[in-house]
Amino acid sequence: MFADYSMSELGAIFAMQGFAGLILFSVFVLMALGLAIIFGQMGVINMAHGEFMILGAYMTYLTSNLFEAYLPGLFSMYFFVAMIIAFFASGLLGLFVEWAMIRHLYKRPLDTLLATWGLSLILQQLYRSVFGAREVGVSIPDWMMGSLPLTDLVEIPINGIFVMVLAVTISLAVYYLMFRSSWGLQVRAISQNRVMADAVGINTAWTDRLTFGIGCGVAGVAGSAFTMIGSTGPTAGQLYIVDTFLVVVFGGAGSLLGTIASAFSISQAQSIMEFFLSGSMAKVLTLLIVVGILMIRPQGLFTLKLRK
Amino acid sequence: MSIASNRLFTRQDIVGFAILAAIIFIVLPLALDSFRLNLFGKYLTYAFVAVGLVLCWGAGGILSLGQGVFFGLGGYCMAMFLKLEASTPENTSIQSTPGIPDFMDWNQLTALPWWWEPFSHLAFALFAVVAVPVIFAFIIGMAMFRRRVGGVYFAIITQAFAAILTILIIGQQGFTGGVNGITDLRTLQGWDIRTEAAKETLYYVNGVLLFICLFIAQFVRKSKLGRLLIAMRDQEDRVRFSGYDVASFKIFIFCLGAAFAGIGGAMFTLQVGFMSPTLVGIVPSIEMVIFCAVGGRLSIIGAVYGALLVNWAKTSLSESFPELWLFGLGGLFIAVVMLFPNGLAGLYADHVAPRINRLLAKSATDATKPDDATRAAAE
Repeated sequence: MFADYSMSELGAIFAMQGFAGLILFSVFVLMALGLAIIFGQMGVINMAHGEFMILGAYMTYLTSNLFEAYLPGLFSMYFFVAMIIAFFASGLLGLFVEWAMIRHLYKRPLDTLLATWGLSLILQQLYRSVFGAREVGVSIPDWMMGSLPLTDLVEIPINGIFVMVLAVTISLAVYYLMFRSSWGLQVRAISQNRVMADAVGINTAWTDRLTFGIGCGVAGVAGSAFTMIGSTGPTAGQLYIVDTFLVVVFGGAGSLLGTIASAFSISQAQSIMEFFLSGSMAKVLTLLIVVGILMIRPQGLFTLKLRK
Repeated sequence: MSIASNRLFTRQDIVGFAILAAIIFIVLPLALDSFRLNLFGKYLTYAFVAVGLVLCWGAGGILSLGQGVFFGLGGYCMAMFLKLEASTPENTSIQSTPGIPDFMDWNQLTALPWWWEPFSHLAFALFAVVAVPVIFAFIIGMAMFRRRVGGVYFAIITQAFAAILTILIIGQQGFTGGVNGITDLRTLQGWDIRTEAAKETLYYVNGVLLFICLFIAQFVRKSKLGRLLIAMRDQEDRVRFSGYDVASFKIFIFCLGAAFAGIGGAMFTLQVGFMSPTLVGIVPSIEMVIFCAVGGRLSIIGAVYGALLVNWAKTSLSESFPELWLFGLGGLFIAVVMLFPNGLAGLYADHVAPRINRLLAKSATDATKPDDATRAAAE
């Protein structure tokens, strides 16, 4: 199959394919980070995670329309405003959902799954009623369009680089929050021993709410980033949810490094196999390999030792 | 749980089964025209899955989000037989390769794939309807339960299987019919399944099969195995340390649930006349869990009512208010989980049954203990 290509063409193909894999990796990281906080630290199965991302995407869409209509001069910078709006919109909805629903279900993790699935259906229909059933896309500012030519054959799209930079930035921010801030310390204390954390004076109820809110906010930023590389529809969130959960579980719930490592291995496996097989078969094989490894090693790639 | 009585059927059980039988075999056929009856026949095929889920999830604590896989496997096994019967060389003479299913011809296949061959025999197809889901469930169960994967992780991995099977079916269009599924099914051993009379007969066959499954489920629940399952759900380690092989029980109950789902899928194919990947994936699998949850995750009879009610609501709501249906379904999920986790059966046990018993106790001074007895009936 390689006979038809020259050496330099082959190199270009692998470079482009590798780069496509890196973009997919960034997408997975962005999707999974919020869930790694919510599922990994709190043990809540949030099936509406995809819908929180879509909320961020719709917020970005609204912001871009606003800027186009009222602040055309600042249009090139709208995206940074949109990300902040997306973070707070999804985060506030997350706080509300935690207050109204999740806090009653901490002892029944499987029930959080059903309840948040219900929430995801409601949100989907809400998006459909408000924004219409058709997919919407945002207009990307000029500086993000086009691509960066590396050699004659290898070109790298700038929005791809942007998504990658964003993934790295958000990963660092989450790392800082989890391991360098007092909030992170409290979250980790609660996930290790809730009763003891409560006893030493940590406000567990408020920490839980904030954790859920921040996890949802990160999902919103991820959704905002997705508008750079694709369009947004009411049911788009559902497409990501299995992938996202597998990334988090495969990496080992509770381990941030594991989440990133598993996002990397899954995305690379998929993008390499896509070159040899059809897209759907690559997806099937990747999922099967992940599930197979999870059967051998149910606790995931990286795990924290926890007292149950 | 019905530890109150050792008998296979308590009086309440008999009443419950009798009422359900009356509804399925007498009330519905009399009250509905043949189109609606066929719709209810379709809903009843989901009840098979819901009853299996009561055993797995309610009793065993194993939440599978992949029951659609087993439903689909059973349904596809049946559909492959029916499709081969519909694709005789005479029927398909306009194709470039007569004698193979039409979608294979459209996808430039020139011969029947080897794994389709056995499905030209009815006996094999009927065997496969149960065997294929059970084998799949056995493999998954062996791999997961032996390594003590359970709870949330099991749910996520079964969900991944639902995703895998859907992608596989859609991707392999030439072998599976792709997104459209296997359609245009006509006859079963020469008997036209598309006529109204045939659909009515299939409705009754469906009802009888459902009752057989309900009796099996009742037997399992009342046996020692059923009690061990409940003990495992509540205190798995204690059961394990008492010397029981926890994994084997879980594998058995998971396989039984898969067998029920497979039968339901096959009946779906026969009554509705097609099988497609939209019935296999993540969304239908989770909806099947909600049928079980609405009926009451601990009650096998409740599961049947759950499947009937939710689907009936879905059909009638989405006919008149298409936008409202998803709000309704989503609200139902949340309400069932937050407000009445034991579903309709729980509502009945807590609110309806005590009143009936008080009335009965007033009329006859037959002083039975109402609470124990009604809980036994509902759970």
